[in-house]
Amino acid sequence: MKFIEIKNVYKVYNNGVTALVDTNLSIGKGEFVFVIGNSGSGKSTLIKLLYREEKPTKGEVLVGGINVAKLRNGSVYKLRRKIGVVFQDFKLLPKLTVYENVAFGLESIGIKDDEVRTKVIRALELVGLKDKVRAFPNQLSGGEQQRVCIARAIVNDPKVLICDEPTGDLDPNLSLEIVKLLEDINKELKTTIIMATHDSQIVNKMKKRVIAIENGVVVYDQEKGKYYESSKSNN
Amino acid sequence: MRAVRVIIRNIRDAFRSVFRNFSLSFASITCSAITLLLVTIALVITVNINYLTKQYENELTIVTYLYHDANEEQIKELDNSLKANKHIIEYKYKSKEDWKKECQDDSDILNNALNSLSYNPLLDSYTIKVDELKNMKKVADEVAQSDYVESVDYNEGLVEKISVIFNLVEKISIILIVALLLVTAFLIGNTIKLTIFSRRTEIEIMRLVGTSNIVIKLPFLFEGLILGVLGSIIPIMIMIYGYLILYDRTNGYIYSNVIKMVKPYPFILYSSLFILVLGAIIGMISSIRAVRKYLKI
Repeated sequence: MKFIEIKNVYKVYNNGVTALVDTNLSIGKGEFVFVIGNSGSGKSTLIKLLYREEKPTKGEVLVGGINVAKLRNGSVYKLRRKIGVVFQDFKLLPKLTVYENVAFGLESIGIKDDEVRTKVIRALELVGLKDKVRAFPNQLSGGEQQRVCIARAIVNDPKVLICDEPTGDLDPNLSLEIVKLLEDINKELKTTIIMATHDSQIVNKMKKRVIAIENGVVVYDQEKGKYYESSKSNN
Repeated sequence: MRAVRVIIRNIRDAFRSVFRNFSLSFASITCSAITLLLVTIALVITVNINYLTKQYENELTIVTYLYHDANEEQIKELDNSLKANKHIIEYKYKSKEDWKKECQDDSDILNNALNSLSYNPLLDSYTIKVDELKNMKKVADEVAQSDYVESVDYNEGLVEKISVIFNLVEKISIILIVALLLVTAFLIGNTIKLTIFSRRTEIEIMRLVGTSNIVIKLPFLFEGLILGVLGSIIPIMIMIYGYLILYDRTNGYIYSNVIKMVKPYPFILYSSLFILVLGAIIGMISSIRAVRKYLKI
């Protein structure tokens, strides 16, 4: 069953840079997909289109039945509630504790306190940080901070988890740990996971679907794929 | 229920944020306090000047004398025309008999002089109070047009001069207050912008986790309100104590009874409320304007 569909999408930025050219993709429910490509290939643009940080210049982007391209600014929050996003730079709020960072989103959409507590503790348990609820982000290691970011992204049971180079700032061991965690989430919660990455080791080890983008064009799309050679040589 | 929960949490978060971002909050509060203090001073001066103007206006009257042979019907006709004049707030008729009695009571010489005459030489009169100083001449001219009016007296010349001065002072004070309000809004707005700039990640995350734009604005709205209210407390305290002390020391008069000050109560209470509401509104509007910038996708 298709959960994400990208049909004939073009993206040209205001400064004239073309990021995506006639891109077509479909991703099923519960899939784990790596999106690879070197800097400027268009992979970040593709990821941003999915959570409507960018709008396509032409074409359709459907996420869980919502046509993202036609979504008005005031309605973007409806899409975002179905999506969890994990960033390379974590984007945690330094003045909030781990618990508060994870609870932040749930509280701001008006979920009851009891439910917030249950969901936050469950998410922190899942990422192995239940004993760090009172810590502030600067008291955590990079790997732990990324786990908090993942907990925040999955706390509201999103249908899809979009990870924009989540291991970019981590050493190889921690990177693998984070990807294994994402795999667990994918298996346990049946969450669709789309992860943009540069890391060839991880891609080769995980044996998941791999989509490679070069100069705004999808050049490789393979189930149980490997790191795309051409991309690899450019890195 | 959900909306109430969101609002309560936002108020809690706004307080937390004010204390956790203390240095920037302190800058905003100080800036609000200084500018609102200037507004408060201008307000106190303006209200006192207006009070002074009103006092002069109340004291200035037009006195008009009727012809000696004006009969009762004619007096009634003039009375009606005075009643119809919308600028006249009060008028009082005094007959020549009343004048005579008053003169006789006041002075023996006048009493003898008036008694020696076979008729009453005094004239019927009207004392007229006008709503505003600037209408004095207009009303005097209108009254003078009546066929039964012999003369009209209202300190011509002096009244016009006072009227011009009062008008000028009123206009200057209004311009001053408006200018100060604009400066206050600009300064508080910019300081709050700095606070919000430092928290753009927070706004970004709120957007990412699916918070609607209205709910994103709420904590900043409350934060602006708290900063504005805290910033207005110092000027309010200074005004209350300063005004009470000044009133007490001078007994309410400045320049040996020339200028009478407005009584402290309820004036300082209303002014405090005005400054408090002003601080709150400017704080909220500035916050919302600053957040809006980060909500465009």
